[in-house]
Amino acid sequence: MAKIDTAFFDLSKLEEMANNDTVIHRIDPRIKVLVASMFVICVVSFHKYTISAILPFGLFLIIVMGLAEIPAFFLLKKIVLVSPFAIMVGIFNPLFDQQPIMVLGAITITGGWVSFVSILLRFGLCVGAVLVLIASTGFNTICLAMVKLGMPKIFAVQLLMLYRYIFVLIEEGLRMYQAMTLRTFHGRAIAMKTYMHLAGQLLLRTLDRAQRIHLAMLCRGFDGNIRIRQSLRMARLDIFFLAACFAILLLMRCYNIPAMFGRLITGIT
Amino acid sequence: MSHHIVEVQNLSYTYADGTKAVDGISFLIHHGESVAVVGANGAGKSTLLLHLNGYLTPQKGKVRIGDFPLTKKTIKDIRKTVGMVFQNSDDQLFMPTVYDDVAFGPLNLGLPAEEVEQRVLEALSRTNSEHLKDRPPYKLSGGEKRAVAIATVLAMSPDILVMDEPTSNLDPRARRSLIDLLSGFHHTKIIATHDLDMVLDLCERTIVILDGKIMADGPTLEIFQNTDLLVTCHLEKPLRMQPCPVLKPKVLK
Amino acid sequence: MHMADALLSPAVGGTMWVATAGTIFYCSKKVKQDLDDRKIPLMGVLGAFIFAAQMINFTIPATGSSGHLGGGLLLAILLGPYAAFLTIASVLVVQALFFADGGLLALGCNIFNLGVFPCFIAYPFIYKPIAGTNPTPLRIGIGATLGAIIGLQLGAAGVVLQTVASGISELPLSAFISVMLPIHLAIGLVEGLVTAAVVSFIWKSRPELLDLTAAARPLGDISLTKVIATLGVVTVITGGALSWFASSSPDGLEWSMFKVSGHEELEAPEKGIHHTLAVLQEKTSFLPDYGFKAGEPEAEGLVETASWPAVDSGTTTSGLVGGLMTLALALSIGLLFRKRSKTA
Repeated sequence: MAKIDTAFFDLSKLEEMANNDTVIHRIDPRIKVLVASMFVICVVSFHKYTISAILPFGLFLIIVMGLAEIPAFFLLKKIVLVSPFAIMVGIFNPLFDQQPIMVLGAITITGGWVSFVSILLRFGLCVGAVLVLIASTGFNTICLAMVKLGMPKIFAVQLLMLYRYIFVLIEEGLRMYQAMTLRTFHGRAIAMKTYMHLAGQLLLRTLDRAQRIHLAMLCRGFDGNIRIRQSLRMARLDIFFLAACFAILLLMRCYNIPAMFGRLITGIT
Repeated sequence: MSHHIVEVQNLSYTYADGTKAVDGISFLIHHGESVAVVGANGAGKSTLLLHLNGYLTPQKGKVRIGDFPLTKKTIKDIRKTVGMVFQNSDDQLFMPTVYDDVAFGPLNLGLPAEEVEQRVLEALSRTNSEHLKDRPPYKLSGGEKRAVAIATVLAMSPDILVMDEPTSNLDPRARRSLIDLLSGFHHTKIIATHDLDMVLDLCERTIVILDGKIMADGPTLEIFQNTDLLVTCHLEKPLRMQPCPVLKPKVLK
Repeated sequence: MHMADALLSPAVGGTMWVATAGTIFYCSKKVKQDLDDRKIPLMGVLGAFIFAAQMINFTIPATGSSGHLGGGLLLAILLGPYAAFLTIASVLVVQALFFADGGLLALGCNIFNLGVFPCFIAYPFIYKPIAGTNPTPLRIGIGATLGAIIGLQLGAAGVVLQTVASGISELPLSAFISVMLPIHLAIGLVEGLVTAAVVSFIWKSRPELLDLTAAARPLGDISLTKVIATLGVVTVITGGALSWFASSSPDGLEWSMFKVSGHEELEAPEKGIHHTLAVLQEKTSFLPDYGFKAGEPEAEGLVETASWPAVDSGTTTSGLVGGLMTLALALSIGLLFRKRSKTA
């Protein structure tokens, strides 16, 4: 989990990118959600020893990322920094799977190493796909798209409210945290006892805030129903984009394109 | 419609923990009047305001807004008549974009789509914030947030505006443009505040509260000249009415 | 303990998605029926609170490692299970999107592991009975601590089962579970203590807030039989789906859609003369199911590599060359875009 100050920075940065206006940004968000899902499903459906056939998906991601003008370095940094769980689990593969499957000169490569590399690849691609989706669409728009795709409205309202107040509460939490670290002298992390008090205080303020927001809603005729403006329009170009992406993704999934190219070049059949 | 009167009669309110926040308050505010409610922290201003839009119902005494006495039945009509601007704009702007937020009230009134849009744009233009339409609220500055919060209330076309500390946390320029904005409104205004300089600009009448009781109710200038009263009520003369501390010694020389 | 896309097979991920989406629909209906419109802003800001509070780390006494607040049980205590489930789900959605904690497919697993267990097991069957109708600080403390520990243990077990069933990781079930559970026992204890402290803090300073959320709707209307029955149905469906996928796809847990769309047939010609379709089918037909993998490494290794054309040097070389070319192409396109955005 990110630290509170960097989290704030990341959220704002991604939101800022979502406000850009590129070809990718203009595509209907429903299409983007569907394509991103398809992308992930294709990538994870490869066999665990697959490496070369997954690579074109990276190419696809880089092209979309470039078209959306998302800085590659930012994305790369986020992918590297992100939760290490998959890597921690994956690193055991070379240990448990020592079946040699490839010999390159003097080096014998075991199945475990191949599947570990494959896990790393999958990890980078899936995480990258999510980040490209959010950076080219924006959270609120994704929520709207999800409502149109059948998500319950009350859950959409919950997501929108949560997102609205994340910024407010992170700022509030950050202020309290700063006030505390100013008087703490051993490292970043605070003592558990202090944390309990801090969390309790923050929770209390949060509950009070919920009351005030409810009041503000009541003042403007709130009746338990939040009406979300839904103004998404699917253009013909969007449909075309969807079809093209699905075709490309399926093609890349079904054919091992790098191997085909390689054969073409090396002349080995 | 002809007489937007706010009438409070002998109102008292005690919280569950025994704090007597409002203790026998009575006043009458006429159509188009602009009234400041001033007093120390914890004097009972906020509790009083919460009665004016029906969030709290009177435990003792009466509140009358326009033609309606405040009861559970009339709450909906009263909330349409009284627009409330909160002290913390973040509590008031809870929707994903400024447009959505301003449209929240009109949509709840069940208005047709075109009228909702028209009301939203009108409210935004009256507060000079059309350009913020598609921005998310957390990206706004304090002054912009306050302007939009007022727009959300205006979109309901209320007759009476109730404001809690409208100038708190604003930088001097944002404060000044807010004062200019409010002075252009012809609504009946009730403003709870510590900013007595703003009161001089906006309100011809002032009600001073201490410990849930009314200490004074009269023309603003008269009250602000009563230094003893202000000191008792934990207040201070507005800066503009104080002799200049930098120049004074020189003049005396 | 976020599950990640990289470790999931589509079958497991998909099944967990269906289970999670179903729970979200069910809870949305329940919250709507609840008719307590105070909960709408409350859920929103409490979600944001959990988000913010989880980002502040603290040191765990005597270990030097750091921990943070766990969300599920605390939310259930404050909101009741249905609203709490929606809230924790929303927090996980935001974490998945912005911090890429897990990914899109893994979202189903994560919401299930961190939402269902605390809200529908730990809260109604552990916290509630211990805290009782007249809670004391001690009862709240014991209930919240135990509830958090058990909720997290179940969640960790969920992660292990989903990972092992997916078959991407080679970690054997026994080894994985014997590492995960003790670690999460410690984390759960810390989370439980913090949850207990925060709940007691609220209970002491503003008891009416807990009463309000607890009394708004009788929360005891979850019956153990109902939960067990539902979980049973989910298990059967999951198991059924998994075994169907396992048996219908020759190589482990491959997603069967590609089989149906003729993927093997499409890929077979590329393997050229070395692997005719017939040989491939013959080979793969006696492929052991994923459950037996550990037992027969020799036979399995040979056959499994069939889909990665590595057994003969020809295809390996072309695979490598092609792969390197793809990488080079990706890199140059990336650099091209970078240049363009710099000049623009």
